[in-house]
Amino acid sequence: MSADSPEPPDAGSSSTESRTAIHRAEDRAGDPLVSVRDLKKHYPVSDGLLNRSKSYVKAVDGVSFDIFPGETFAVVGESGCGKTTLGKTVARLYGATDGTLTFDGRDVTELEGKQLRRLRRDVQVVYQDPSSSLNPRRRIGNIIREPLDVHDVGTKAQRRDRVAELLRMVDLPVEFRHRYPNALSGGQKQRVAIARAIAVEPKFVVLDEPTSALDVSVQAKVISLLDDLQDELGLTYLLISHDLSLVKNVADRIGVMYLGNFMEVADSRALFRNPLNPYTEQLLSAIPVIESHEQSLKPTAVEVQGETPDPQNPPSGCPFNPRCHRRFDACDAVEPELVEVEPGHLTRCLHTPGEKREEVRKALPDGVSFEERDGTLTD
Amino acid sequence: MSDTEPTVDDSTDSALARRIDDLNRIVYRFRQNPMSVVGLAIILSFVLIAVFAPWIAPYPSDAGHGGEPAVHFDQKFESPSADHLFGTDQAGRDIFSRVLFGTRLSLKIGVVVLAAAVSIGVPVGLVAGYVGGGVGMTLMRITDVFLSVPPLVLALSVSVALDSSLTNAMLAIAAVWWPWYARLTFGEVLSVKKETYVEASRGIGATSFRTIFRDILPNVLAPITVKMSLDMGYAILVAAALGFLGLGAQPPTPEWGTMVSQGRDYLPGQWWYSTFPGLAIFLIVLGFNFLGDGLRDMFDVEVQ
Repeated sequence: MSADSPEPPDAGSSSTESRTAIHRAEDRAGDPLVSVRDLKKHYPVSDGLLNRSKSYVKAVDGVSFDIFPGETFAVVGESGCGKTTLGKTVARLYGATDGTLTFDGRDVTELEGKQLRRLRRDVQVVYQDPSSSLNPRRRIGNIIREPLDVHDVGTKAQRRDRVAELLRMVDLPVEFRHRYPNALSGGQKQRVAIARAIAVEPKFVVLDEPTSALDVSVQAKVISLLDDLQDELGLTYLLISHDLSLVKNVADRIGVMYLGNFMEVADSRALFRNPLNPYTEQLLSAIPVIESHEQSLKPTAVEVQGETPDPQNPPSGCPFNPRCHRRFDACDAVEPELVEVEPGHLTRCLHTPGEKREEVRKALPDGVSFEERDGTLTD
Repeated sequence: MSDTEPTVDDSTDSALARRIDDLNRIVYRFRQNPMSVVGLAIILSFVLIAVFAPWIAPYPSDAGHGGEPAVHFDQKFESPSADHLFGTDQAGRDIFSRVLFGTRLSLKIGVVVLAAAVSIGVPVGLVAGYVGGGVGMTLMRITDVFLSVPPLVLALSVSVALDSSLTNAMLAIAAVWWPWYARLTFGEVLSVKKETYVEASRGIGATSFRTIFRDILPNVLAPITVKMSLDMGYAILVAAALGFLGLGAQPPTPEWGTMVSQGRDYLPGQWWYSTFPGLAIFLIVLGFNFLGDGLRDMFDVEVQ
């Protein structure tokens, strides 16, 4: 327990860059803490009164990835792409439709009842909107103590001390334990939610858009608090966000999600320096910049086109093809696979560069053949 | 409920201060609505009357205090005077004393009926709302069956099937009343269940039982409380109606409805016999309505 640190360790945030580099080298060698394989979460959609329909919204559709101890894996994407569903399914708040979920070497996909509740000690969630994730009728102290009560940690006196310690850890005055959530600001409430999440010393925390409901001025503070806590407690994060610029500084690796699946997975730096997927290109070029030299850091400006398609009616072929600026004729005929192009850098696109290109195309069904004419694929 | 109260293990000296703080806030909000203060004053007066009836009433034995109600046929149908503020009835009993003692019965009816209705209805609504699915459907359809029968008719048939007595009248009223609480609770639970803090409670590893009692119940209590205070008046009114129809408390019990019913035969000549018990019913129902309206504004909730 990294207990007695009265003053908040504020050195962490500045050294983020070097730390992530070290983490990458060390941790990737070990076993993953969380391992997701072909995870699916489908919601049945009933049309009208006659509950006969067999149509599904494929919120998460066959996602695979690993998260290594101590790292931050970020999932970014537009609203409605299934990122929150993915996060909550990985946290076992929702049951998976298909696929497997391994935590710390153990298959937890089917856990139920008591065993599932025990798993919650290791896996915690910080929710998007702190105003609704804290029970308005309970005092802050009781909210933070709740996980300790649930998991029967320590004696009554120890729990009380622990609550005070947790409040200190999230930089809130200890007196706040007597207040109700409505007496706190958004940022303070989110700190309370964070304190609650780390109360039972979990190994893995799912951060579901932890700053999107907060004022911009508060966002940075909460992010840096999360970063400090990660260092201090050796936490592993799954960070869900729609904000690439926020994720950039925090995430070790990033998965770019679109319509229930990853389009690109890469180390944070690689993703920003060398995006391989057209969708990532569009997202990156949509990041607002203030100064002109910042613009030069971004890939060629591409305008984001159109709206997210109806997830109930996904386009055929590559899910992104209707909005893609590099669309080929074949793109709506064939759904590309996620392939590792460079070590640790995966993309899902028929444009896969280099030696992998042939591999991608070999995987295509027989009916479709490709020829390249003037940089255009046709069948 | 457990957790809205300051806990003992938090520093004790400030715990008292916080409690007073909370109380001040509640009092302040309550006083914003003058009607609710009037309502509270009326109800408090009735409660005091009920508690101290044997000492306030000039002729406690006329109301059956310490045995069967006394009779003094020599004093029958005396009109209101200094001796008998509300006059006397056909057996020469002091109506003022009987109205005062009637307060006890009416409050008891209200409390017992609502306690029974709430202790059936709220758990049914909680379980149906939280569990949902087939179990929830079944419970709520059963509730609907009860709701589809006009309350007074059902109460009448229950009282007729059993003997006419005050206990059976209360039973009958509770039987028609609980479905409203089941339905109100059900609806509230459905909306509270969607709140993230309920999901968070599950995410922490809490059992369903814990989630229901810590996170859901405290957040549905406000509308239930408001409905209870509004319903107290109605329950008393229904009990009085049953008494009036001869299916509730039996004479010579000093029950207001029964007294109004008996006095009906002597209208308009002996007007005081029916009027004063009637006024008492009117006042107590009004008081509970004012109080309920005030509470509703205070909690800012909708009750039907």
